[in-house]
Amino acid sequence: MAAKRFPVEAGHIMMFARSVGDPNPVYYDQDQARASEAGGIIAPPTFVQASAQFDPDYGLRPKVGQPWFGSAKEPSGARRERPASGGSGGGGGGGGGGGTGLHAEQHYEYHRPLRAGDVLTPTTKPGKTWEKEGRRAGKLVFSESITEYRDQSGELVVTARGIGVRTERVVES
Amino acid sequence: MALKAADLKPGDKYVSVIVENLSRTQIVQYAGASGDYNPLHTDEVFATQAAGYPTVFAHGMLTMGMTGRLLTDYVGDARLTRYGGRFTSQVWPGDTLTATATVDEVRDDDGRRIVDLTVRTVNQDGTEVFSGYASALVD
Repeated sequence: MAAKRFPVEAGHIMMFARSVGDPNPVYYDQDQARASEAGGIIAPPTFVQASAQFDPDYGLRPKVGQPWFGSAKEPSGARRERPASGGSGGGGGGGGGGGTGLHAEQHYEYHRPLRAGDVLTPTTKPGKTWEKEGRRAGKLVFSESITEYRDQSGELVVTARGIGVRTERVVES
Repeated sequence: MALKAADLKPGDKYVSVIVENLSRTQIVQYAGASGDYNPLHTDEVFATQAAGYPTVFAHGMLTMGMTGRLLTDYVGDARLTRYGGRFTSQVWPGDTLTATATVDEVRDDDGRRIVDLTVRTVNQDGTEVFSGYASALVD
């Protein structure tokens, strides 16, 4: 399941831009952003991936009262629970799954700039699934998911297509 | 500032080092911002002892996010119409990444001028880590 409602907040955009090493003031300075061609604070190109924050069931975030599969006393928390959707519940990722699940591809179409203050409703549907024999990783299973992000008036803002891959073996490079 | 169609020709390149000596802390910073706390990216003990990797590695989306900065620095804010690609190799702490956008063509699309770009990010050894494309509105 994906986020039902993804409020695009200025503070979140600032933190996201910092994390990808982008000091562009259009992502945090209201006055400069207003005076710029963008006309206000906008989100960086890959920001919708952070809709995972608003997905109540997202499998790659520790949750109150639930076991976490990362290390604590032991290198891995008890009973690794595979995220239901391979971690794709977030930004239409289809990827980033734990264990042997990896993010293979990500594609975005931008229908208009995403702005601080927008409230998006993501809708995710599964795409194709296919298999391939990998040179180093054994059998590879690819799965695609497509997420449409619509704004408060129902207008399509971003379409995201993610492809995740599950491998038989760990791949180191 | 947006690019001008008249100034662009196929083969033009825009190149930038998007991260030097990537830190584990930046990977954790991206985990916090994006919400993807997968311990393969954030937890050295899990990544090495439970999952069998040599160390933690970066989210593919961190590489794509950092590469996105190159694009918006080049084409200007609020100009991208599409951006995508494949994660072709893993990115590790200590990596230095260089991204390149190369002009394929400038075309008309329903009265708008669009530049199509090939996007490629490599590490310090020249190994490709991200292979993609983007398109943007130009003046």
